[in-house]
Amino acid sequence: MIWNKRKIIDRVMSILTAACVAIAIIPLLSILYTVTINGISAVNIDFLTQIPKPVGEAGGGLGNAIQGTFIVVGIACLIGLPVGILAGVYLCEYGQNKFGRFVSFVADVLTGTPSIVAGMFGYTFIVLYFGSFSAIAGGVALSVLMIPIVTRTTEESLRLVPGSIKEASLALGIPKWKTTLYIVLGTARSGIITGALLSIARISGETAPLLFTSFGNMFWANGLDKPISTMPVQIYTYAITPFPDWHAKAWAGALVLIILILILNIGVRFVTRRKYGV
Amino acid sequence: MNKIKYSIFGRSKLSGDFIFEALVGLFALGVIVLAFLLFRELFIESQLSRNTFGLGFLTTSTWNPVNEVFGALPFIFGTIVSSFLALLIAVPFSLGIAIFLSELAPEKLRTPLSFIIELLAAVPSVIIGLWGIFILAPFIRDYLAPPLSTYLGFLPLFQGPMYGLSMLTGGVILAIMIIPITSSISREVIMTVPTHQREAALALGATGWETTRIAVLPYARSGIFGAVILGFGRAIGETMAVTMVIGNSPRISASLFSPSYTMASVIANEFTEATSKLYISSLIEIGFLLLVISFIINIAARILVWKLLKVEGGGVT
Repeated sequence: MIWNKRKIIDRVMSILTAACVAIAIIPLLSILYTVTINGISAVNIDFLTQIPKPVGEAGGGLGNAIQGTFIVVGIACLIGLPVGILAGVYLCEYGQNKFGRFVSFVADVLTGTPSIVAGMFGYTFIVLYFGSFSAIAGGVALSVLMIPIVTRTTEESLRLVPGSIKEASLALGIPKWKTTLYIVLGTARSGIITGALLSIARISGETAPLLFTSFGNMFWANGLDKPISTMPVQIYTYAITPFPDWHAKAWAGALVLIILILILNIGVRFVTRRKYGV
Repeated sequence: MNKIKYSIFGRSKLSGDFIFEALVGLFALGVIVLAFLLFRELFIESQLSRNTFGLGFLTTSTWNPVNEVFGALPFIFGTIVSSFLALLIAVPFSLGIAIFLSELAPEKLRTPLSFIIELLAAVPSVIIGLWGIFILAPFIRDYLAPPLSTYLGFLPLFQGPMYGLSMLTGGVILAIMIIPITSSISREVIMTVPTHQREAALALGATGWETTRIAVLPYARSGIFGAVILGFGRAIGETMAVTMVIGNSPRISASLFSPSYTMASVIANEFTEATSKLYISSLIEIGFLLLVISFIINIAARILVWKLLKVEGGGVT
C-alpha cells in the first residue's frame, strides 16, 4: 500500500514536471505561428527592397531597415568581436591571476547589463558628443552587449583545447604567442565562431539600445554619422501605431527578423553540436 | 647551439611574447574600462537630477514633465511588482522544467526539449512584445481576468476593469521571457550534483522523484536560488516587451488589472521626447539606478551559481 502511494507520487511528479515543459513551449509555438500567419502575406520582393511609404499609401517595405540592421550590427561586430575575442584569449592564456579573475567576473556581471542602459550609454557617450543620432552610436550601444558575451564564450572554447596540444607546440620551441595564435585559436576556431554568431543573433534583435542611438530613418542610409533605420526599431514603431496596415508591416518585419535569427541559432547549433549560454 | 642561444638571449622571442600578452591584456582591461565608463557616463549625466531632487527622487510619486517635478516611485513600484509577479509564475515552471529535463525525462528527449525551451530566449523582445499586444493581452483580458475577478475579486489585486494592457500582462510576459534562463541555469546546476548522491538514494530504494527531492534538490539549492536571482535581474532590465504590454501609466495601484509603468519602459518611451535638461537627467538617473540594481543582482547570483559551476569556469550567461 505504502509502496503504491510512493509510486503514484513519483508518476504524478513526472507528469507535472512534463506539463511544465509542455506549457513553457506553448508561447514559443504561438509566437512562431502568429508571426508566420500574420507576416507571410505581406512579405514579398517589394517588402524586402523598398523604403517605407507614408501611412495610407499602399506598398513600401523595410529595405532600408534591413540595410540599416546589417550596418549597425556590422559596426558592433567591428568593435565587439576583436575586443571580446582578444580579452577572452587573455583570460584563458594569461588570466590565472587576480586581474584575470576580476576581468572574468566583470565580464560575467556585464552580461546582465539591461539593454536600455546600453542604449543610454550610447547616447551619452556618442550621440551627445557628436550632436546627432547615428549608426555609429547604435553600433557602440550594441557592442556593449556583445563584448561580455564574446569574451566569455571565447574563454570557454579556449579552455576546451587540450593542454597536450599546447605542450606539444611549446616543446617544439614555438613561442607562446605563436602557439596561442596558431595552435590554440586554430583548434578552438569553431567554438569561437559559434560564440560570435550567437552573440550576433542576440544583438540583431535588440531594440532598446537603438531607440535613442541609431534612432530611425524613413530613407536609405546616408552616412554612418546619420540616424539610420533598423528592423527591430521599425517593427516597434509600426506595432505601436493604430494603423492596421502598419501592423501588417510589423508582423512581416517580425517574420523576416525571426527567420534570420532562428537560422543563425539553429544553424550554428546544428553545425557545432555544442551550446553556449545565452 | 644556435637555438639555445636564441631562447636565452634572443630579444625577438621574448618581446614577441611580451607584446602579445600586453596586447591581449589591454583588451581584457578594455572590459573593465567598459564597465567603468558605463557607470561614469550615467553617473555624470544624472548629476543634475540628483542635485535637484536628492533621495526624494526615489520616494516621490509625481512625474510631471510640464512642471519639471520628477519622482521615480511609480516606475520603481512597477518594475518591482512586475518582476516579482514574473518570478511567482516563472519559478515553479522553471523548477519543473529543470527537474524534468535533468532527472525524470527519457534520455533521448532531454537535449531537443531543452534546446526548444532555450530557443524562446533567442526570440527578439520586440517580437514577443508584438505577440503580447495582439495575442497575449486579449487572451488575458478575455480568458484569464474574468475568472480571477469572479473567484478572487474580493482581493484588491483583482479589482477594477481590465483592458488587456496591464501589470498582469506585463508580469506574464516577463515570466515567459525569464523561464528559459532560470530553467536552463537550474538545469545546469542540477546536473552538477554528483551521480553518487543519486545512486545512494536509488540504492536505498527511492523512486525517481524521491531521489530528486532527497538527494538532488538540497544539494543544488543555492545554485537554483542563484538562477532565480539571475531571472529576476533579467526581468528588471527587460524593456521592449514590457513597454508594449504594461499600459505605460505612471500610477501606483493595488490592482494587477490596472496599467502600470516600469523604469526601463519610461526610458524607452520618453527619452527621445525629453526636452529639458532636468527631464533627460532624471531619466538617466533611472537608468543609473537600473544599472546599479542589475549589477548587484548579477554579482549576488554569480557568487551563488559559481560555487557549484566553478569547475567549468562558471560560464553561465
